[in-house]
Amino acid sequence: MDPLALTLIELGAVVFCLGLLARLAGRIGMSPIPLYLVGGLAFGAGGVVKLEGMHEFAHLSGEIGVILLLLMLGLEYTAAELFTGLRRSWQAGVLDLVLNFIPGAALALLLGWGTVGAMVMGGVTYISSSGIAAKVITDLGRIGNRETPVVLSILVFEDLAMAVYLPILTATLAGVSFLGGLSTVAISLAVVTVVLMVALRHGHRVSKAVHSENSEVFLLNLLGAALLVAGVASALQVSAAVGAFMLGIAISGATAHSATRILEPLRDLFAAIFFVAFGLNTDPSTIPPVLGWALILAAITATTKMLTGIWAAKRAGIARRGRFRAGAALIARGEFSIVIAGLAVASGVVPDDLAALATAYVLIMAVLGPLAARYVEPVLKAFGGPVRLAAKA
Amino acid sequence: MNVDETDLPGLGRRKDFMTTSGRRIGVVELREGTMELIVSTWDDPDTCQASIPLTGDEAATLGNLLGGQHLAMKLTEEHREIPGIVTRQFSIAPESPFQNQPMGKACIRTRCGVSIVAIMREGEVLPSPGPDVVLHSGDLLVAVGTQEGLDSAADILRNG
Repeated sequence: MDPLALTLIELGAVVFCLGLLARLAGRIGMSPIPLYLVGGLAFGAGGVVKLEGMHEFAHLSGEIGVILLLLMLGLEYTAAELFTGLRRSWQAGVLDLVLNFIPGAALALLLGWGTVGAMVMGGVTYISSSGIAAKVITDLGRIGNRETPVVLSILVFEDLAMAVYLPILTATLAGVSFLGGLSTVAISLAVVTVVLMVALRHGHRVSKAVHSENSEVFLLNLLGAALLVAGVASALQVSAAVGAFMLGIAISGATAHSATRILEPLRDLFAAIFFVAFGLNTDPSTIPPVLGWALILAAITATTKMLTGIWAAKRAGIARRGRFRAGAALIARGEFSIVIAGLAVASGVVPDDLAALATAYVLIMAVLGPLAARYVEPVLKAFGGPVRLAAKA
Repeated sequence: MNVDETDLPGLGRRKDFMTTSGRRIGVVELREGTMELIVSTWDDPDTCQASIPLTGDEAATLGNLLGGQHLAMKLTEEHREIPGIVTRQFSIAPESPFQNQPMGKACIRTRCGVSIVAIMREGEVLPSPGPDVVLHSGDLLVAVGTQEGLDSAADILRNG
């Protein structure tokens, strides 16, 4: 068959299947991410059907998916929100980082994947899925709850942590020396600070540069700027994803809001292809051997996120039930864990088992997270005896 | 009254306060420009029993209903010493003949000795409105006068 025809047929079939999976996910009220991953596993190396023609396209689209995911993460919060979030919740943020980075890193060391593997797995277990968390909070009608700002502040902190972590990860994966690594970290910290300051003072100028009333012009401006910044960042060894993220932070106000609306469908498409591409590159037969570890890691890091939420909510003067709700809302891991694992796999310096473990882990956590958030209260009521009245206002 | 304002990064802003009955009540202003009315459950002020999405019109109407009642209660309190003087609220129905007309056209003070002391509109109060204020459907008029005067004023506003 003509290679172009083959590619189109394969791509069409895959995207169509993703549509069916997303619909199924919506029907049963779960995040589509685990289903996309399973879809990728089924089509990929050693899967049920083998797809050859769309590999190149899937690879590039996956990269664009990561850039869009991070760009929109940056758009989500304004620079001012990031600053207040940091001031208000840095203690909880640090606790979150320590409690949730260590289990992943420790397991990687235990399995003999070295410091690079530890760096990657720590990131995978640390970062909550802000997409899943926000959806859970909205769907369960918890926007007005008192623990919600606590949860959101922790997510904001994780966001900022990503901005520092991703360049370090890129440097580590590129195998730069300790000293070189330090300078990369220094450069990335400086860049992050400068971008935040610029966004706070001159965010409206950056917004003005890309903004247009014409949605077509606006979309092309945005996408062009994101790819350019990502490309330049990548050339400077600071990771394409971080470049896009920084651009997202610099765009603010009404422009950020309309940018989110206009980019959402594109992000959904390319991110879906990214998850599939990640699954494609993972051999399903490598998953069963690491499934036990994934389950153990899931149990530990669900507990540590729970503890983080409980501690942070307690500090904010929230009663017992609210504390557990806050903890449960943070449990889900998703898109950014896969982004981190994807960066690691692309660099080729981590063992194949890491991709399998990350896949299995995210599959478990993306399903477990929303369930935990939904059922934490009934479970608490059933086992916790009579709930004390919240007297503290 | 102490209203708490809390940022909800990425979502919007919450404004609420604790009622004397121990329930938290307020609004969440979402970034998309919509608004939700939130009411906490009776046993856990941290959680919400209801979060009701409101359109701009609905929020304004609710504001009128609550604020108008408050104003009327205050005025009644003030007029208690003067026997025979009552405060009442009139809403301008869409079919009212004075809709989109200046208030002076109704000649309420001349015809029934009733004073319109305030107009509640979209959650805001227009105090002592002049005769050239244009009435809109949904406005809430706070009127002071005698019982009979108010009855005839109501009739005028409804039927012209």
